[in-house]
Amino acid sequence: MKAASFAYHRPDTVAEAVQMLGEFGEDAKILAGGQSLVPMLAMRLTYFENLIDISRVQELQNIELRDDEVWIGAGTSHALVGMDDEVAESVPLLTLSTPYIGHFQIRTRGTLGGAIAHADPAAEYAAAALALDATMEATSSRGRRRIPAAEFFTGLWETSLASDEILTAVRFPVWGPRSGFAIEEFARRHGDFAIAGAAVALKLDDAERVDRCGIGLLGLGSTPLRGSVAEQAVIGQPIAGLSADEVGRLAMSGLTGIPADLQGSSEYRARVGAAMVARAWTCAVREATTTEAIHA
Amino acid sequence: MHELPVELSVNGRTQQGFVEPRVTLADFLREKCGLTGTHLGCEHGACGACTVLLDGQAVRSCLIFAVQAAGQEVTTVEGIAGDDGELSTVQAAMRECHGLQCGFCTPGFVMSITALLRDNPKPTDEEIREGLSGNFCRCTGYQGIVNAVHRAAEMT
Repeated sequence: MKAASFAYHRPDTVAEAVQMLGEFGEDAKILAGGQSLVPMLAMRLTYFENLIDISRVQELQNIELRDDEVWIGAGTSHALVGMDDEVAESVPLLTLSTPYIGHFQIRTRGTLGGAIAHADPAAEYAAAALALDATMEATSSRGRRRIPAAEFFTGLWETSLASDEILTAVRFPVWGPRSGFAIEEFARRHGDFAIAGAAVALKLDDAERVDRCGIGLLGLGSTPLRGSVAEQAVIGQPIAGLSADEVGRLAMSGLTGIPADLQGSSEYRARVGAAMVARAWTCAVREATTTEAIHA
Repeated sequence: MHELPVELSVNGRTQQGFVEPRVTLADFLREKCGLTGTHLGCEHGACGACTVLLDGQAVRSCLIFAVQAAGQEVTTVEGIAGDDGELSTVQAAMRECHGLQCGFCTPGFVMSITALLRDNPKPTDEEIREGLSGNFCRCTGYQGIVNAVHRAAEMT
């Protein structure tokens, strides 16, 4: 349970970090909060010759409202995201997601960017980023580019980041009034990886129809996923006519490769997943249909 | 492998040493500082026995390399009693409520509870259980520990 030897680098700036990453390439890994990477190193599930520690890069630790997006530096800890007033006001799905991540002793150290770049299929922030149509900001010595969340997660613990790119920030769009958000997950013990879960974001138009809907799924594939079939089915529909159970069932349709392990079969996970979508849907609908008075 | 110099503050005292980058903060505390109050159960962030305060925040010291903590302030279980050895409120409440038996997990619990009560001085039963869900106890049972948190909250 001790990590193998590695060389340690601690840049102070993003420019320095990407230069190091460009130099070492596949032989290097970014170390942020280390709450997923360090256990994997300790158990020798993975190994890198070089670790580039970005935990002291100040420019990555910030939360800012920029136009109609909340920009969150990748190095911002879960604890800071969870207690931030701007996030609670503008991207409440993140605030709701935070308590599900590990334990408070993990959230003091773990980072939003680390959780998303690690791309665990059960990562709550990843599911929230998918549901909200967030945009990833990737930086390398070649420059900066934006990657839509829907194109970011490519496989188990794999992303569309190039080997010389660092996830430097995530931009979360502010969905505005008449929106509702909820996350639900089921785990045997609090803080465990969820067996299945769902993050729902919903926005209504003036005629009480679904204007926008994002459903992020966790624990239901090799990556965090979207419940695309359900999303497409509800767009434009009067909210009053939609059944939560039906939305849950639709969100599971079209999913292939739902994991099966000691925690449960694929069929079981799909049932739990449908139930989590239905619960989150119900909460999100309640919020979207009752917040008008508060905002007015 | 190449060793790096590390200097950090532990319980108010400066500690220096040369360590391989792969040495965790927990091993640094135990082996370089001789502070064996910080216990190692699982060494991969599941059990919480190695919980310490890093710049005041509760963290798992098995998931931080010592080199990462350079220049920061660490508080271990050895650093929370009074100078005269008087137990901290949390420690006294743990003793009073029989919150420990073998004592292996106790340092981690004490540090987690210390941080929990600092940030939330009057936690509900549910908040206590949520806050301690990242610390495993395998012999005492959790009831006495939860009672100790309530007791410590009353005492302050």
